[in-house]
Amino acid sequence: MIPAEAKQFTGFKARELPREEYFVSGHRACQGCGEALVLRLITKALGSRIIVAMATGCMEIVSSAFPQTAWEVPWIHVAFENAAAVASGIESALKVLMRKGKMKKEKITVLGAAGDGGTADIGIQALSGVLERGHNLIYICLDNEAYMNTGIQRSSSTPYGAHTTTSPHGKKSIGQITWKKNMAMIAAAHSIPYVATVCPTFYLDLMNKIKKASLMSGPAYIHCFSPCPTGWRYSPDLSIKIGRLAVETGVFPLYEIVDGGLKITHPIRKLKPVKDYLQLQGRFRHLGDEDITRIQDRVNKEVAKLIDLEKFGSFYKTSLAHS
Amino acid sequence: MVKTEAIIGWKKLNLGAAITEPGSARAFKTGDWRTQRPILNKEACIRCGRCWIYCPEAAYSHDEEGYFICDLDYCKGCGTCAQECPTSAITMALEEI
Repeated sequence: MIPAEAKQFTGFKARELPREEYFVSGHRACQGCGEALVLRLITKALGSRIIVAMATGCMEIVSSAFPQTAWEVPWIHVAFENAAAVASGIESALKVLMRKGKMKKEKITVLGAAGDGGTADIGIQALSGVLERGHNLIYICLDNEAYMNTGIQRSSSTPYGAHTTTSPHGKKSIGQITWKKNMAMIAAAHSIPYVATVCPTFYLDLMNKIKKASLMSGPAYIHCFSPCPTGWRYSPDLSIKIGRLAVETGVFPLYEIVDGGLKITHPIRKLKPVKDYLQLQGRFRHLGDEDITRIQDRVNKEVAKLIDLEKFGSFYKTSLAHS
Repeated sequence: MVKTEAIIGWKKLNLGAAITEPGSARAFKTGDWRTQRPILNKEACIRCGRCWIYCPEAAYSHDEEGYFICDLDYCKGCGTCAQECPTSAITMALEEI
């Protein structure tokens, strides 16, 4: 069931975007960090009435170098694995305090955020628990495709063929040998009301999806593509271009799943060749034509699967606990 | 013998490792990381605001005429604004000491 508020929401207007910043200047992210941009856009879309629980990761260390913080909203740092669990605790506490009259009744959005390591590897059981219990919160995965904070170690979200320090390329290795874990679809398998993938290049799309997620009743999962100049080995001014190419080549298609119905929000029928995306990044520099063809085949298959799912219509109904 | 008046209850203690001032990172000027600075050509600028929305540092702000001005106290010189400017009104120039 989709709440009336979410149905009435028509989207942000490009000329009337909120000017307030809640993730402010002075954070210590690398030059041209796509992940910091994602957080800035997310907080811009949600406004000041939010509480953020964030796992260890790049965005935690760059935003909260003690005794300073780049956040203008309540923010708590938690261990690597339990961002989702702490967010669910905050949501439950708010619910009880409001019911007992110890707090003014109002809408406060609870945000759980973690990197791809904190979501796909270490935090997946806490996340799965939250999605299954049906807490009313948003969980955000800031996916920069490796453990960038500790020095570019591979995670299960690292794409095939990428060079990282723990999956180095060489004579007998092509880098990462497994394919990227599809976290958005794992979240969708919990039959939750809202799942979406976003990319900071398409900022209106990102802000609309985040706002819509906050209006849903029940858990929402947002998978954010976060280009990383340091770990992906490209010039810091190309973050936005890399994001655009990732969407336009079909490597990272943008879609949303509302109550089981998948909708592709950026057309992916005429795809650019994957090579355009790969050749800009140093982590794919060693790949030969054969490897690129293999990646292209995989992308084509994934895109065909998504188009089929879109045609299929609603493939699950949100379970009763959330509605 | 313990002096009872010297014992402080846990309720009176300050919360540990808590930062009570929001946005205090503004005191940390990241501008000195920069090796190149953005220069705006106002004649070519169409005031679309892409530099503002794509800036990871939130260094851009609106001025009275509607132009977007970069705060060089925070700009790290990544060059995203120059790369994404549709009319190439922003160019990057090397910082010289």
